[in-house]
Amino acid sequence: MSQKKANIAAGRLSAVEYADNFTDLHAPLDDHQALIEADRCYFCDGAPCTTACPTGIDIPMFIRQISTGNPKGAAATILRDNIMGGMCARVCPTETLCEEVCVRNDAENKPVKIGQLQRFATDKLFTAGAQIFSKGVDTGKRVAVVGGGPAGLSCAHALARQGHAVTVIEAHDKLGGLNEYGIASYKTVDNFAQHETDYILGVGGITVELGKRLGDDVTLGQLRSDYDAVFLGLGLGAVNALSLEGEDLSGVLDAVAYIAELRQAKDLAKLPVGRCIVVIGGGMTAIDIAVQTKRLGAEDVTLVYRRGREHMKASAYEQELAQTSGVRIKYSAKPVRLIGEGRHVRAVEFEYTQPSAKGERFVLEADMVFKAIGQKFVAGPVTGGNDVLELEDGRVAVDNSRRTSLPDVWAGGDCIAGGQDLTVAGVEDGKVAAAAIDRFLRGGAE
Amino acid sequence: MADICSEFLGIRSPNPFWLASAPPTDKEYNVVRAFRAGWGGVVWKTLGEDPPIVNINGPRYGAIYGGDRRLLGFNNVELISDRPLDLNLREIKQVKRDWPDRAIVVSLMVPCEEAAWKRILPLVEDTGADGIELNFGCPHGMSERGMGSAVGQVPEYVEMVARWCKQHTRMPVIVKLTPNITDVRFPARAAKQGGADAVSLINTINSIMAIDLDRMAPSPHTDGKGTHGGFCGPAVKPIALNMVAEIARDPETQGLPISAIGGITTWRDAVEFMALGAGNVQVCTAAMAYGFRIVEDMVEGLKNWMDEKSYARLDDFVGLAVPNVTNWQYLNLNYVVKARIDQDACIKCGRCYVACEDTSHQAISNAKDGHRHFEVIDAECVGCNLCASVCPVENCITMEPMTGGTDPRTGQPVVKGYANWTTHPNNPNRVAAE
Repeated sequence: MSQKKANIAAGRLSAVEYADNFTDLHAPLDDHQALIEADRCYFCDGAPCTTACPTGIDIPMFIRQISTGNPKGAAATILRDNIMGGMCARVCPTETLCEEVCVRNDAENKPVKIGQLQRFATDKLFTAGAQIFSKGVDTGKRVAVVGGGPAGLSCAHALARQGHAVTVIEAHDKLGGLNEYGIASYKTVDNFAQHETDYILGVGGITVELGKRLGDDVTLGQLRSDYDAVFLGLGLGAVNALSLEGEDLSGVLDAVAYIAELRQAKDLAKLPVGRCIVVIGGGMTAIDIAVQTKRLGAEDVTLVYRRGREHMKASAYEQELAQTSGVRIKYSAKPVRLIGEGRHVRAVEFEYTQPSAKGERFVLEADMVFKAIGQKFVAGPVTGGNDVLELEDGRVAVDNSRRTSLPDVWAGGDCIAGGQDLTVAGVEDGKVAAAAIDRFLRGGAE
Repeated sequence: MADICSEFLGIRSPNPFWLASAPPTDKEYNVVRAFRAGWGGVVWKTLGEDPPIVNINGPRYGAIYGGDRRLLGFNNVELISDRPLDLNLREIKQVKRDWPDRAIVVSLMVPCEEAAWKRILPLVEDTGADGIELNFGCPHGMSERGMGSAVGQVPEYVEMVARWCKQHTRMPVIVKLTPNITDVRFPARAAKQGGADAVSLINTINSIMAIDLDRMAPSPHTDGKGTHGGFCGPAVKPIALNMVAEIARDPETQGLPISAIGGITTWRDAVEFMALGAGNVQVCTAAMAYGFRIVEDMVEGLKNWMDEKSYARLDDFVGLAVPNVTNWQYLNLNYVVKARIDQDACIKCGRCYVACEDTSHQAISNAKDGHRHFEVIDAECVGCNLCASVCPVENCITMEPMTGGTDPRTGQPVVKGYANWTTHPNNPNRVAAE
């Protein structure tokens, strides 16, 4: 092993290279491309794509609207079911959702580019600056939404449309949640997350309180007494630990925190990155950190996943994206120890997990090691005091309407049991919960 | 290898593909390019009397598109040749001399006076052209001056002018018919009556392509105004096929040679028209859309198809489909079909289901064991072919004849043999079955 100092540096690339590496992953469709692609949609009856969409967007209808020259109608069709249709168009794993079940797969092994068309339609609307939603007639009811991520904003928007006064309470100093702090940079360029947030708030009737954290600055009990209903879109506040020797060495980092830093960086050239990177994990965060460090100029990026390719939570498409970006993926190996040199990590030792090589080990040199083995819910703020929520598998337990064990508290997004860690799932949770909260506030059966 | 040499009214050409009288045949330059590319013949763009007409300086063409901007049809407001008569005649003479094996027929349109025709015919004859085509079809510009379709819409005029031409020239006379008429058989009969050697059809169809919703005016427009133009291209082919068939099977015009025109784009289109009795075909829109090279595939495709079907010469298949075109009342009411969905080919789009469910007979189910699955309900299926028509997968839905048993829809036995409306008990004017 080399004895030289850990190689971590900023400014590894030229300005042009940074710009190229962090531009749109897929260039948006232009008008002509969108028309051609829209024309490929068969306008299926009971379309499988709509069934596969967690928010149930009427996909054939919005695509038809694009093809008839009605992009505003197309955007409205999308946003009525999914207010974050613009972000979902960019970040949804469409290859495992709508596009996976497109009948064009059977016809010619090539689905309609639903995500790209969805982006086309919503971009048109946002570019035109047309607000198609408005606040409902004031009901006099007040709802607190904790967490300004996809679930919270979706819920807030739907409640505002129903005429309820909504206060969004957000711990960070920006709304958007993982859209703002977590999604890979090249999937949401040009500050799209904030533009989308602005559009959502444009409905009116939503008050935002930033820098206010549940548990620290306000308690669930206070919210329950101050508001008629509460929605919790808390997300996952902590990351899983490796629980290995050497985990406390410097250079062993939490992927989520680094991505947040990257997303907020005003100048990527000032963001230090290692020459040799090892990423441990197999989900989207692992892929995102691997690809982005590679694009920041890291020379060798190796992603190590403990199981086989087919078990990896990141889709085959995402794995391929990583590989074509120059990331090496090693399957079926788990870390056993982090090796330091002084206070800094220098290498990671792995052990193969497949039976044929069981017990065999190898060492990967590393200037930076990223932990991306999942996040976990921080339950303290909802389990202390008198207002205790039931948990399930360490996350908030909810029923089908996303109601928690407390009658006036709903929850959604990554913090609930069974959460899918997808923007689109969070949006759906918020939408479903808002409908239930609306029924509750209007005194209907709940 | 099949012989595709064509002889139409004694006019020989190396293949049956002629370019129709239209912009591609307006001058020597284009025609020579066409002959180099392999076209069998041309009908030279319509000559008129001097001084030449003038064309508008705004757009002459409009288009209608299918998916991916594929051209389905054009319309045009171009008039007959706007070049001096003498220039056209000189060029025709030269090209015919240079390309003796190709057919050159000259399209003509002069006022409806015998003297006018008598004047122009010897001039054309002098070029060595193989024949003339009387343009009685043009629906715009000239018709307002009593020419083109204004003549073609009046069978008596058609007969009269045809007769003058036969009288004043030894050249074969083809009468080009307008489709802008209720029953195309009448002008065809008139043409035959007047002694014409053949008819060609269809000319273009009166049309407005689109309305510009910002201008509230037809599109394209000339200084804010538009007019109807002649519609052509693949979209008009079904209309042309029917009109050709009408003439081919009319006892009064049976055997009258037909040169078919109307949306012919491929060798297969050409074969379809020839199967309906056309001796040759004329092409315009396809060439204007894709250039002259398409004739290469037309020639090869026709030869390959003929070889496959063991037709040695064009005459071997011309007219073969004519006896199978009949009138509705003679269709066999004993012929019962049911739609069948090939489950292996089905991509489960549900288009057949919704078409049948919303607009027809509720004869397709859309689920089986809780899964998307599309199947025909024979007890409801009338065999209408709508499902097969909307299915995006070729040959996935087929119409299968019942050969016996009972039609589960009607409860009636499926009987062999032929029975039609003329003898059906519900027909108040029925006649006794033979």
